[in-house]
Amino acid sequence: MTEQVFDWMAAANKKAKGKRPEYFDDPEDERMLSILMAVVGEVSVLRERMDTVERLLDAKGTISRDDIESYTPDKEAAYERGAMIREYIYRVMRGPHQMVEELQHAEPPVEEVSKELKEI
Amino acid sequence: MSKTVPNDQKLDVAPPYNAVARHGVSPQPSHDEIARFDFLANFNKFMASTLSPGNKLAYDKRVLPAFLKEHGREPQDRFEIRHAMNKDPFHKFWSALKRNSMEMRQQNGRAIVLRQIDELNAKARQYNEGAQGVKSTLELNPEIAVPRYQSAVDIHCMPGSYHGEELPGDVSAGANYDCGIFATTGGGLGALTDGGGQALVDWIKKERPGWEPRRVLDIGTTVGHNIVPLALAFPDCEFIAIDTAAPILRYAHARAQSLGATNIKFIQANAEDLSRWDDGTFDWVQTTMFLHETSGKALPKIIAEGYRVLADNGLMLHLEQPEYSDAMPLFEQFLRDWDAFNNNEPFWSSMHALDMKDEMVKAGFDRDELFETGVRAVVDREIFPEAPTGEDEDHGRAAFWHAYGAWKNADQMQEAAE
Ligand SMILES: C[S@@+](CC[C@H](N)C(=O)[O-])C[C@H]1O[C@@H](n2cnc3c(N)ncnc32)[C@H](O)[C@@H]1O
Repeated sequence: MTEQVFDWMAAANKKAKGKRPEYFDDPEDERMLSILMAVVGEVSVLRERMDTVERLLDAKGTISRDDIESYTPDKEAAYERGAMIREYIYRVMRGPHQMVEELQHAEPPVEEVSKELKEI
Repeated sequence: MSKTVPNDQKLDVAPPYNAVARHGVSPQPSHDEIARFDFLANFNKFMASTLSPGNKLAYDKRVLPAFLKEHGREPQDRFEIRHAMNKDPFHKFWSALKRNSMEMRQQNGRAIVLRQIDELNAKARQYNEGAQGVKSTLELNPEIAVPRYQSAVDIHCMPGSYHGEELPGDVSAGANYDCGIFATTGGGLGALTDGGGQALVDWIKKERPGWEPRRVLDIGTTVGHNIVPLALAFPDCEFIAIDTAAPILRYAHARAQSLGATNIKFIQANAEDLSRWDDGTFDWVQTTMFLHETSGKALPKIIAEGYRVLADNGLMLHLEQPEYSDAMPLFEQFLRDWDAFNNNEPFWSSMHALDMKDEMVKAGFDRDELFETGVRAVVDREIFPEAPTGEDEDHGRAAFWHAYGAWKNADQMQEAAE
């Protein structure tokens, strides 16, 4: 057995030289977000694969793995898949997206509104 | 999946990764690897167009007011804005997401390339080696050292940088660089990531119809993305493309050969010292998105050397993102600086603060020989969208460049810019 097997999976994860900036107060949050974003990406990959399977089944009734690997969307399918990914991104990114809206319209805490309603 | 696409409406979505053209040494992506880049391309679009406006809102609504209160004055420069913004919860989260997207692009690209590295190396060898060994159009010089400005950090978070090898003599750095640009630019650079080079071809044919340069030097060519279109457009011209990094040159040479650009010689050389070429050797000295990856002392040396080897009536042209002039709002400068500090581009900020005209005059040009123009990526608009500029652009990555140029000792022949 050679010990020189090149572990490409480990190598793909190599860190870029240069100290990573810290974005959050708690360094664990950095790791959590990186895991979460990787999963967000992988779910998108699964959805796209499912879409490929469905399209191939629609077109041919029965499919092989090779069909999936060699599938190339035509222009219309490519657009529909792009829109599907976009829709997915909007759904998972709701939180940060709503932060933008909050910035556009600052609102009083509901507790304040509650006090107001009591009086009117 | 359910139908969610209204037929009457065109959403801004990235083209599919399938539309990326394959050449002789392209890594072959699997279905899911394609899907990973499809996700990232669309995610980066979302970040630039939908989330990024939150940065300006956070600045206007709370960061600037707090700064004014604390200091009794406006921020003086982009650095003060950055330090203040780095404490803002929205900007922090946006930056963290964007950093992750950059890291994912690298991981995804490396995974595609490294799982097939033996095949890729073999394919590259087929193009790089002829009956007599390595072809004369590829010259590697192991004595060329990696400059400190290239080794200090891995530029744009590319693990191993341009010069790193996973296996001795491999092409992984070039293949990873090549395959993932689609993800960070949402396809804005076209099927062969050569929208900049295509634009140069269009530009020169309009600017100097019928001009046939004899010899062209491309400095910091990387995988030759933007020099191959020029080499194909001027088949009788001799092209020299230099870079300090051997792994990407191996890939660049194989890629160019497979695309039929056999008139480019790729040479491992450092642009700070072009002494192997006599004065006036080249009719055109080109850099494309290169100078920002050098350093304060190297940049003037490189431009001066470029000037020296440029012939009279010759063209020097630098394509970069626009410089931070006084006319550019400080907030925009701060946003354009994101890559400097978050994506390992340590010279980016200082470089864009330079006055490129002054630098070119220092190198020997007359001020009235200089011109500036804008260059927009030329891509197949049927498939690849026009990259957004202005509010929606992903600052620093827009497929629209600023060109700083000069025709040496030929000021009377050159009308300024577009
Ligand atoms: C951002 S890339 C340039 C992109 C390329 N011109 C294109 O159009 O796609 C910068 C390149 O410059 C190379 N480089 C850096 N310093 C250099 C130097 N002093 N001489 C030659 N090449 C250098 C790096 O190895 C890297 O490949």
